[in-house]
Amino acid sequence: MQKFTTLSGVAAPLPHVNIDTDRIIPARFLKTIKRTGLGANLFNDIRFNADGIEKPEFILNQAAYRKAQVLVTGENFGCGSSREHAPWALLDFGIRCVIAPSFADIFYNNCFKNGVLPIRLPQAQIDQLMEDARRGANAVLTIDLVAQEITRPDGGKIHFDVEPFRKHCLLNGLDDIGLTLEKRPAIDRFEASQASRQPWLFGQAKA
Amino acid sequence: MSAPRTLFDKIWQSHVVDVRDDGTCLLYIDRHLVHEVTSPQAFEGLRAAGRKVRRPDATLAVADHNVPTSDRSKGIDDPESALQIDTLTANCAEFGVELYSMTDPRQGIVHIIGPEQGFTQPGTTIVCGDSHTSTHGAFGSLAFGIGTSEVEHVLATQTLIQRPAKNMRVTVDGALGPGVTAKDMILAIIGTIGTAGGTGHVIEYAGEAIRSLSMEGRMTVCNMSIEAGARAGLIAPDEKTFAYLKGRALSPKAGAWEQAVAYWQTLPADPGAVYDKEVLLRGAEIPPVVTWGTSPEDVVPITGRVPGPNEAHDDGKAKAMTRSLEYMGLEAGMAVTDIKIDKVFIGSCTNGRIEDLRVAAAVAKGRTVAPGVYAMVVPGSGLVKHQAEEEGLDRIFIAAGFDWREPGCSMCLAMNADKLKPGERCASTSNRNFEGRQGPGGRTHLVSPGMAAAAAIKGRFADVREFV
Repeated sequence: MQKFTTLSGVAAPLPHVNIDTDRIIPARFLKTIKRTGLGANLFNDIRFNADGIEKPEFILNQAAYRKAQVLVTGENFGCGSSREHAPWALLDFGIRCVIAPSFADIFYNNCFKNGVLPIRLPQAQIDQLMEDARRGANAVLTIDLVAQEITRPDGGKIHFDVEPFRKHCLLNGLDDIGLTLEKRPAIDRFEASQASRQPWLFGQAKA
Repeated sequence: MSAPRTLFDKIWQSHVVDVRDDGTCLLYIDRHLVHEVTSPQAFEGLRAAGRKVRRPDATLAVADHNVPTSDRSKGIDDPESALQIDTLTANCAEFGVELYSMTDPRQGIVHIIGPEQGFTQPGTTIVCGDSHTSTHGAFGSLAFGIGTSEVEHVLATQTLIQRPAKNMRVTVDGALGPGVTAKDMILAIIGTIGTAGGTGHVIEYAGEAIRSLSMEGRMTVCNMSIEAGARAGLIAPDEKTFAYLKGRALSPKAGAWEQAVAYWQTLPADPGAVYDKEVLLRGAEIPPVVTWGTSPEDVVPITGRVPGPNEAHDDGKAKAMTRSLEYMGLEAGMAVTDIKIDKVFIGSCTNGRIEDLRVAAAVAKGRTVAPGVYAMVVPGSGLVKHQAEEEGLDRIFIAAGFDWREPGCSMCLAMNADKLKPGERCASTSNRNFEGRQGPGGRTHLVSPGMAAAAAIKGRFADVREFV
């Protein structure tokens, strides 16, 4: 996984609530066996007309935001399906940080597995950042994960919270599976005791 | 004596393998369901790292999202869909995972086959790379959807890195009115608490109206917990749960059965257990409902009117309502029963079980689908289809002008050939009315199976209570 330490990039405003994962990447683009290439269809149906021509009014189609790396958006971002294709599509487009008042649980979790940082902030601070993001090419935000701080274009700072373990993994680009396998003896012990307490849960997936 | 515990607390605590300093847990996973869309990259990750599937015996795979619901002997036309299904087949063979192939009589939607086979059991942790995994909570199992990285994590380690959720209880008191079903109940709950109402929580459903539901109805309720933002839904196991599971292919066998039931009976919440959030609804006050907008919380009674942005609580919601009305091609204030439909979809992991088909068939019996309406029935699994045919439901549907299809996810998310055309309006028994969910530009209204059948007959939304 790509590390996340600091990021300085243009922030795009997407001031809608309840942006669901079907809107982030419609289901018909999930027929892939790879993690890459999904950026081309990020926000497909609000970004392109049916004939594939860009909708000029959509924020990421505007010159100043074509290389946006941060998204500032409304509450309950990423609701809906568990598809990890949603953060894959964001990442593939170049977006590494999403800032919103709230996120759906599975999407929030999926971001951390892919080096994308989701930041929750109170609505009042989202409103400030939304204003910042409307400044086009000058809408540069700097996100410092070590200090847990966002620096606004005017130099003002906003603190954000992140769980220590998730922060540690993101800062170091750690592979979850590798970390968990360090606990293999504990898993083995648990499994053995589970097998003695509930033997009916073992060895029978094949009827 | 320890503090009284909820059902969620009991399942969670009995699966913690390890706890880190900041409270992050390593949670043991008993059951893992796999399908073709969210697993290819996970198996690829295992292969790249030279890892194995830790417990093939606890893993069950099926192709459901991409499969055609027409004659399958001809294979799949769409090369991308075919590749995904072929990839699942190859991966299951390579890693020793049991797979119900597209032509297996047990094939069906992953959340229908788990319970049907007895793979889903009380007190277990169950995951799948699919948000509607919450369905399995109907059995008193902690079941939730995960992303593909986590699918790989479970395949490799049989565990997940998780933080505990909060406890929420939704109680539905009393009895439901005639014609009102589990689908209306869960839509009413989502309409009440909102699509983020359960975020960070596991919802336990309780109360007489929930207890009175069949296992099929309970699965419908738990299925849409994710539409309320919850991590999972739960219903305490009881005699109905045990009766449903007894004798199924993967249920505990004789000898182990009594031991299992004795354990399952210890799972319901202790008296006095505390919930972080409580919500109460009265069953008798829930009408048959329809969604009007592009969020599952946009719920109105069949006897109601389409609301307008002036009724929104804040600016953001008002803007979202205006956008939804425009997308849906509706005017604020119009009667729900004046909304005409083009298509009807009866099926999905929400409402593709035998009981759903029986309710829809009872409405369709002796009647005819309205001219200009295309109505399809997609059983949730091969076994549901077989049972429906044994009961003659297929003949009722076909005589009424419905299309009787092969099992799969179908037009719930339009990954196969079943989809809406731009601007088409559908009465759907599925779970999401998001923009483009059933095809780009398609307009989805969520309803119960009886309401979907009634809409098919009338060509517009109609009160199912006039049909029963």
